[in-house]
Amino acid sequence: MTIECFPVEAGHIMMFARAIGDPNPVYSDPSCAAAQALGGVIAPPTFVVGGSQFDDEVAVRPKIGQPWFGSGRTPSGFNRESAGILHAEQHFEYHRPLLAGEVLTTVFREGERWEKTNRSGGILKFEESVTEYRVKATGELVVTARMIKVMPPKPAGAAESKEA
Amino acid sequence: MALSASTLKVGDTHTDVLVDNLTRTQIVQYAGVSGDYNPLHSDEVYATQAAGYPSVFAHGMLTMGITGKLLTDWVGDGRLTKFGVRFSTQVWPGDTLTGTATIAAIREEAGQWFADLTVETVNHDGKAVVSGTATARLDA
Repeated sequence: MTIECFPVEAGHIMMFARAIGDPNPVYSDPSCAAAQALGGVIAPPTFVVGGSQFDDEVAVRPKIGQPWFGSGRTPSGFNRESAGILHAEQHFEYHRPLLAGEVLTTVFREGERWEKTNRSGGILKFEESVTEYRVKATGELVVTARMIKVMPPKPAGAAESKEA
Repeated sequence: MALSASTLKVGDTHTDVLVDNLTRTQIVQYAGVSGDYNPLHSDEVYATQAAGYPSVFAHGMLTMGITGKLLTDWVGDGRLTKFGVRFSTQVWPGDTLTGTATIAAIREEAGQWFADLTVETVNHDGKAVVSGTATARLDA
């Protein structure tokens, strides 16, 4: 959950911008006017989720030498006890633009937990967590991310499955 | 590029087609760069035969990222101070997504102008896939 060292790399930003379909040169060309005005290539608003590449504990990335739950010879690598957790909400607060070349660290904390009853009487359990993305060397806060996950009464309904 | 408080009005909107016919390859691109390799998003065999979905589907964060482009295209680079969404419906390969941002308030705080926005992205059936709010710094 805590990322010790998240280097914000220019190539990572460029590929992230491609994946979200954004050709804005501020995400790839340090010589463009917008990047010059901001002090360099900046990261798109949701880029910090890519920090999970530097998180050793993330469950949704295959680990070398360990079984993986995706398909191979069989449709599933193993019978994973899918929690059916859904990503309900995501919020970011930007304290300043995040620049390529910076090195971040994260501070993670659990937030509130609450329950709601849905129309059919099932209990939905909500869990909030907050991740602060800070400059590793100085501790300066750059982005605060707040995630709300929900555990529905039955697995896999109509929303995003998030099994992190 | 940035918006100016003097020319912007509450109720002004910006709308754009954010993706036309979403491909599985774009979802794979997002999986690779975001680090979320959950096979529900990239492995059709797993998603359909093991997990029981009609196909793979997009990461919620891909839809939020695509919606972020709608905002930054309008408010300018490095201008957002807040951006949050609620995920309401899954996004599938083949979907076409259209986003709309609307100015909800224009305000001054300690000499700096801000716009509060609402934002919603809908699929080709007109059903919201994400909806939320954002705040951006404005020029005076």
